[in-house]
Amino acid sequence: MGTHTVKTLEANTAQKVESGRVVNDFSIEVGTVNGSGSQSSNSVLMRSIFQMGIPVSGKNLFPSNIAGLPTWFTIRVNKNGYIARKKDIDILVAMNPQTAIEDVKNLKPGAVCVSPQEMNLQAIRSDVKHYPVPFTELAAKATDNIKLRKLVTNMIYVGVVAELLDIDQSEIENAIRRQFKKKQSAADLNIKASDTGREWAKENLKKDDPYYVEKMDLTAGKIIIDGNAAAGLGCMFAGVQVATWYPITPSSSLCESLIDYMKKYRLEPETGKATFAIVQAEDELAAIGMALGAGWAGARSMTSTSGPGISLMAEFAGYGYFTEIPVVIFDVQRVGPSTGMPTRTSQADLLSAYTLSHGDTKHIVLLPGSVAECYEFAVKSFDIAERFQTPIFVLSDLDLGMNNWMSEAFTYPDQPMDRGKVLNKEALEKAGVFERYRDVDGDGIPYRTIPGTDHPLAAYFTRGSGHNEKAGYTERPEDYVNLMNRLLKKLETSKKYIPLPIVDHNKNAKAGIIAFGSSDFAILESRDQLQAANIQTSYLRLRALPLTDEVKNFIEAHDHTYVVEQNRDGQLRDLIVAEYPQFATKIRSLRHYDGLPLDARFVTDSIISEEK
Amino acid sequence: MVSSAPKIPATNRIGLTLADYKGSPSTLCDGCGHDAITSQIIKAYYELGIEPHTVAKLSGIGCSSKTPAYFLNRAHGFNSTHGRMPSVATGACVANKDLRMIGVSGDGDTASIGLGQFCHLVRRNVPMIYIVENNGVYGLTKGQFSATADLASKSKSGVLNELPPIDLCGLAIELGCGFVGRSFAGDPKQLVALLKAAASFKGTAVLDVISPCVTFNNHEGSTKSYKYAKEMETPLHELGFIPFYEQITVDYEPGTVTDVELHDGSHLRLKKTNRDYDATSKAEAVATIAQAAADKQFLTGLLYINEDKENFAEVMHMSDTPIVHIPNEVLRPKKEVLDEVMQSLM
Ligand SMILES: Cc1ncc(C[n+]2csc(CCOP(=O)(O)OP(=O)(O)O)c2C)c(N)n1
Ligand code: SF4
Ligand SMILES: [Mg+2]
Repeated sequence: MGTHTVKTLEANTAQKVESGRVVNDFSIEVGTVNGSGSQSSNSVLMRSIFQMGIPVSGKNLFPSNIAGLPTWFTIRVNKNGYIARKKDIDILVAMNPQTAIEDVKNLKPGAVCVSPQEMNLQAIRSDVKHYPVPFTELAAKATDNIKLRKLVTNMIYVGVVAELLDIDQSEIENAIRRQFKKKQSAADLNIKASDTGREWAKENLKKDDPYYVEKMDLTAGKIIIDGNAAAGLGCMFAGVQVATWYPITPSSSLCESLIDYMKKYRLEPETGKATFAIVQAEDELAAIGMALGAGWAGARSMTSTSGPGISLMAEFAGYGYFTEIPVVIFDVQRVGPSTGMPTRTSQADLLSAYTLSHGDTKHIVLLPGSVAECYEFAVKSFDIAERFQTPIFVLSDLDLGMNNWMSEAFTYPDQPMDRGKVLNKEALEKAGVFERYRDVDGDGIPYRTIPGTDHPLAAYFTRGSGHNEKAGYTERPEDYVNLMNRLLKKLETSKKYIPLPIVDHNKNAKAGIIAFGSSDFAILESRDQLQAANIQTSYLRLRALPLTDEVKNFIEAHDHTYVVEQNRDGQLRDLIVAEYPQFATKIRSLRHYDGLPLDARFVTDSIISEEK
Repeated sequence: MVSSAPKIPATNRIGLTLADYKGSPSTLCDGCGHDAITSQIIKAYYELGIEPHTVAKLSGIGCSSKTPAYFLNRAHGFNSTHGRMPSVATGACVANKDLRMIGVSGDGDTASIGLGQFCHLVRRNVPMIYIVENNGVYGLTKGQFSATADLASKSKSGVLNELPPIDLCGLAIELGCGFVGRSFAGDPKQLVALLKAAASFKGTAVLDVISPCVTFNNHEGSTKSYKYAKEMETPLHELGFIPFYEQITVDYEPGTVTDVELHDGSHLRLKKTNRDYDATSKAEAVATIAQAAADKQFLTGLLYINEDKENFAEVMHMSDTPIVHIPNEVLRPKKEVLDEVMQSLM
């Protein structure tokens, strides 16, 4: 982004408010009840704005509950393309009587509130613009079926909001048709409901707020997807053969999306039989055991879980590291320890994933920072796992994984699959020798064979106990040291293969920022805010562990560096300081760990307070 | 044979010698039951003429779980973590359904830490031989009671076991296992026949083999000692196995033998002893196991057989080509597929 022309969000907003209109720059929050069916209405609202060419992002803030507890869906509309969480809500649709009062109290003066008439929210805040709506009456108008009235209410508020914001009616209809693809009658009913809301608003509400949408051209060719579906898609294009999982929020939808895609695109056309196996395991110990068994047998295999599952996988993760078996482990992070807050986001598994095991262990960890990278890194992770013959962790999080993000369309893998150093029958015949754990090429990576290979040299014995280069049992001190050092060498070699950090080096900046994963959205926005406050920054977005020289050079080149992360203990900060103790005094740690996605204002305000 | 001719070792039907089925030398205690079982595994695979490279050997952790290193050196082996071999086997099975898997576990490995995975392996009917080398103790950690130790069995230090045992055969049958046998490391003839039949079975074949731990559980008062097992063993029938590639002969009196044909054309011959036992009846198997436990009887033989159930490879509706052999071009869908998905998200 060119620094000279960029205005901050606030600057833009302020300007527009003066002229009486705030166009394409606000956030909507819909407060409803979990399980009330509002999901589709919120998607329709978000989609219709997106189809008008305006950048949007959607977040579902939900409790750990199936039905009955409050849930909030926020849509951020932003013409500059900022898609991080925005702390302040501009337009509230208060449909949940349980939380409406609290929700209204939290609004800024001047915000908008659409709510059921009978809640009488005007009485609570007079400095908010209220639009009370007779939803019960309108629902009766929209359908004779009493059972459906609650459901159509959701689409009525869509109509009301569409009228207030001036969303194209045709886009609303397109979005509804798309949502109810196969169900013509449901689509018709919902269109009628949104019309009912819209018509009523047109006749009865007097627009008295600054918020509008206007067509733009910023979403052509873009997609909306959540990170878990993106990762699932990536796994399919990686050619995954075996996937194992045990349900856990927020990772379940990764394998569920994978199943949907694979059933559609990976059955043999002639026979309808699967070119893959996806197994729902009895627990995470079994899930990773199965994935390791499959990886050992030569298949591209993976498992997906979240924090508690990662803990259960620890023994096998160490086993896979020590015996050198390829497998990909997705960790869609949530708040812990223990069940913590299972529906809230976090980046607190960084250290545990990096060293997951007993004994000395360092794993390769990939850190996708967008839905596009969830896809891209999923593809790449299988190549890295097979090349390095080791478990690879891909750390996403609830915010990235379960929320809807706008993205460039994904690109088809430009490299063929890398299946790593595997000796088949012919290669064994040619080589004449095979030692499973010998560093033949000097890169720390040995050769392996696949069970079932028809050659007298092929077989070897995989064991978690001490083993020598021939895979034989050993307790000799020098054999163990050799093996452990070779594993380190392998990690060193991986630095040339893993996704490197993305660095935006600003020559005028004294302050650097290091962040990873879903924090990126907020950092991008925050840097513009800081720029407007005359604070120059450079930015390094870490995309994998182990740490590489880019990190060292970046910290060295700046007066001081803020390490921003979504955990309490500053886990990345700790890793950096352990790796480069000479920089201990140059590192400042910014930690956000309340379970909500990182927002730009948090970063900006924290940095301003330190810089001024 | 003329005495001057060079000694040519005997070979099996695929031209391999018994030595080709051996493994590294055992490091277990002299006389350990597990070594006796290893010998019978070598013999069974040799006699069946199974190509070693088609076999995958798996195990958990324990003295028993070390034994895959001591047979079939030409087969890949996976000595996994304690109690978790079933999951590894399940993954290997779906990756390559053509692997002929044999798993070796212990009573600690299966009945304690690995009981959950064992149950799910059986429930899925993962095609493999699953041997529990059952000595009633944790051998490798020096003789603590395991969950299969009989009530009032005495430990080496004189302590009496106060908890009832888990009967792995009864449990396996309950969970739908279609091949359940119990045997004794000191009964090589029966064990070889069971192993051969298990190798032909299309689902999970569970063999609970009493395998005395000479170091920690072979004393007076133990119900898993050589002496006790030898004295108490009561075979349910005499077992014979005729592999699919051999001619079947009818050389028995009608009514004295039950013949069970397995899916690969092999035959199991169950010859009556003094009792009349129907190994194809689940109800009879369950009742017999319960009665034997109550009577402190050590019944051996094929407790239950039923090959009707689909195995896990079948349940997964996978390609006829094992998943690992599917070429990369098929595994990665074409660019048009990505375009189509992207279009649907725009
Ligand atoms: C997670 C874990 N816990 C404990 C152990 C220690 N351990 C090793 S073998 C064993 C018991 C093995 O008993 P069993 O399966 O009966 O085998 P045996 O030695 O009797 O043949 C135990 C508890 C371990 N290796 N891993
Ligand atoms: S301790 Fe027992 S089980 Fe282990 S090797 Fe010795 S005799 Fe066998
Ligand atoms: Mg034991």
